[in-house]
Amino acid sequence: MAETKLGKLADRLRTFSARPGTKIMEVCGSHTVAIRRFGVQRLLPAGVKLVSGPGCPVCVTPDLFIDEAIALARQGATITSFGDMLRVPGSRSSLERERAGGSDIRAVYSPLDALQIAATTQKETVFLAVGFETTAPVIAAAAQLAVEKKLANFSLLTSLRLVPPALKALISSDTGLSGFLLPGHVSAIIGRQAYGFLAAGRLPGVIAGFQAEDIISSLVLLLEMQNKGIYKTVNNYARVVRDQGNERSRSVLAEVFTPADAEWRGLGSIPGSGLALRPAFAALDARKRFAIHADSAPARRGCRCGDVLRGLIDPPACPLFNRSCRPDHPVGPCMVSSEGSCSAWVTYG
Amino acid sequence: MEKILLAHGGGGSQSAELTRRVFQRFLRDPLLLEMDDAARLPASGQVFTTDSFVVRPLFFPGGDIGRLAVCGTVNDMAVMGAEPLYLSIGFIIEEGLDIARLQKILASIAVACRQSGARIVCADTKVVEKGKADGLFINTAGIGRPAFRKPVHAGRVRPGDAVLLNGPLGLHGISVLTARGEFGLQGSIRSDVAPLWGLVRTCRALDVPFMRDPTRGGLAQTLNELAQGREFGVRIHEEELPIPKKVAAVCDLLGFDPLHVANEGKVVMVVARRDAEKALALLRRHPLGRLARRIGEITAADPGRVVMATRTGSERIVMPPAGEILPRIC
Repeated sequence: MAETKLGKLADRLRTFSARPGTKIMEVCGSHTVAIRRFGVQRLLPAGVKLVSGPGCPVCVTPDLFIDEAIALARQGATITSFGDMLRVPGSRSSLERERAGGSDIRAVYSPLDALQIAATTQKETVFLAVGFETTAPVIAAAAQLAVEKKLANFSLLTSLRLVPPALKALISSDTGLSGFLLPGHVSAIIGRQAYGFLAAGRLPGVIAGFQAEDIISSLVLLLEMQNKGIYKTVNNYARVVRDQGNERSRSVLAEVFTPADAEWRGLGSIPGSGLALRPAFAALDARKRFAIHADSAPARRGCRCGDVLRGLIDPPACPLFNRSCRPDHPVGPCMVSSEGSCSAWVTYG
Repeated sequence: MEKILLAHGGGGSQSAELTRRVFQRFLRDPLLLEMDDAARLPASGQVFTTDSFVVRPLFFPGGDIGRLAVCGTVNDMAVMGAEPLYLSIGFIIEEGLDIARLQKILASIAVACRQSGARIVCADTKVVEKGKADGLFINTAGIGRPAFRKPVHAGRVRPGDAVLLNGPLGLHGISVLTARGEFGLQGSIRSDVAPLWGLVRTCRALDVPFMRDPTRGGLAQTLNELAQGREFGVRIHEEELPIPKKVAAVCDLLGFDPLHVANEGKVVMVVARRDAEKALALLRRHPLGRLARRIGEITAADPGRVVMATRTGSERIVMPPAGEILPRIC
C-alpha cells in the first residue's frame, strides 16, 4: 500500500504518535460520509477518535419544522424541497408519506426550480429553506428573484443555520474536543477568517476538502498542531477556499437574511445561529403568510440523535441504532439523511 | 393506512420488504419464491421472465425505452446462462403520444432484437386517457434456453472464486438523470444499455456459478444479494472498480455512491478460480467486454457481507442503497 502517495499518507496517519484522549470533530456531514467511505476511521492512530458534528442540515432540523411543512401541505400548498427532507420523520408523519396520500410535494434540486413551479402552477408554492451558509446564498438569490418577478404565490419556510455560532456553543458546553476538521463548502463562503474564535479557545482547526488525500492530510495537520500546541486555523483546501471566502455570496445573503436565534436538535437554542428574512422580504415568510396549524407530538422515545450530534456518543450507543432505526426504516434524522452519522455508520461500517 | 411509496419500487431493501410482506402472502409458487431473475421451468428446462419499463424520459443518450425493454428481459435470461429465444411485448400508451416517437422506439426495439437474437412473437397494445400514463410504459416477457455447460447457480459459489465485471459502472443511471435536465446538468454521458447474451455466451463452457446484471441498486445491490445469508462474503477492491470520471463527478455533486447507480449493459460474473483468466480473455475479445476486469473475489471471511478494500489501505462495508435514489430509471 505504501508505494502510492495516498498509501504513504495513510501510513503517516496510522503511525502518528498522538496524545491519548484526542477527540476530533468532523463538523460537516459530507466529511462524515467521506471518512467512512474511504475507511479513514480505521486508519486513526491509538488514542485518537473522530466524532461527527452538527453539520448535517437534515439532522439538526427539529421535528417541528417537518410538522409545519406537513401542515402547509395539508392546507393545500405545493411544498418544494431538497429531496433528502422528504423521508425525515416529523412527529407523526413524513413528507414522503403525505405525498403518497395525495399532497402536492415535489423534490427539487434548486430553489430556482421552486420558483419555476410557482410561476407555472399559480398555486401557493412553499420552498423548504434548509441548509447552511452553502445553500443560503442561492435561496437568498431566489428570494430576490421572486420579488423582482412579482411572484405573489411563492414563499419560504426557513430553517437556515450558521456554522460558527454552533461551533462556539459546542466549545463552551465542554464536549472535550481537541480540534475541528472544518467544512470545505461552508468555508468556501465564509472563509478562513470566520474561525478566529477557535484560536481563542485554544483549539486547532483545518479546513478540508472531500477526497481521501484531503481528509487524511488534514487529520495529520491537526494532530501535528495538537502535539506542538499550535492553535491555528489552517486552510488545507486552498483550491476552493479563500481566506476572505466568497464576499459576493455573503452580501446577497446579508441583503435578504439577518441572523436570528435558532433551535438545533441536540444543541437547543443557539443565539444568532439561524437566518430570518429581513422585513423587506417579510411577504415571502411562510410563517407570516399562513396560519400554520402544526400537529406535533412529544419527542420520540429512545432516539439519541441529539447526543450523536454533540459528539457525546457514537451511534451504536443509541438503543435504537440498527435495531428499530435503520436506513430503510429511520426513526431519527441522523439515520434518514445520507449525510447523517448513524446512516454512515450502518452504510459503510 | 399504509401506502405504496416510491421507495418501494427502488429494487432495494424496501422493495424486498414489500415483496415479503405483501406479495408473498398471496403469490407463493415455489418457482417464484426462488427469487431468481428468471424462473426455471421444470417441464422444458427453459427459463421464463418478465419486466416492466417506466423510464423517464423515453429517450436518453445511448438508448430509449424500447431498447431498454428488450435488453432488460434478454439480460435477465442471459445471467441465468440462458440463450434468449422468444419475447412478448405489451405497450401501455398515453393518449397524445406522437406516432413518430413510437416508430422511433419500435425501430430501436427491432435493432435490439437483432443484436440479442431474441424474436418478439406476441404483442399487445392498450391506450389510456391523457394524464393516466406518462407517454409510454412497456412490459416484456421472455423464454430462453439454458446454454451453459455447468449450472449457473449461486449455491455453487465457493471462496476463492473470482468476481469479474465487464466494464465501467454507473453509465445508465447517470445518463437518464442528466437527460432529464435536472440539476442543470447536460447529458453527455451515454447509457450502457445493451443485450448481454452475445458477451456472456463466450464463457458458456467455463465454470460460472453466478451471473447478475447490476441494474437498480447498482453493483452494491447485486453483490449484497449474492452474499446475503450465505457462508461466504464478497471482497472487492476500490482500485479495480472502473468508475468513469464523469460518473464520479455527478455522484460527488449529488451525494450518490457510484456503486448504487444503475447499469443496463453490465454483468457481474463469479467464475471458479481456475477459469478466471480464461473468462477474462474471452470477455475482452467481445466489444461489450473490452474493459472487463477482475474486481474482487469470494472470501470465507465476512460471511454474508460485502467488503471493499479502499484506496487508503483501509476497508469499508458495501451496503445496498436504502430507499429510492433515482425513481424511474428503467
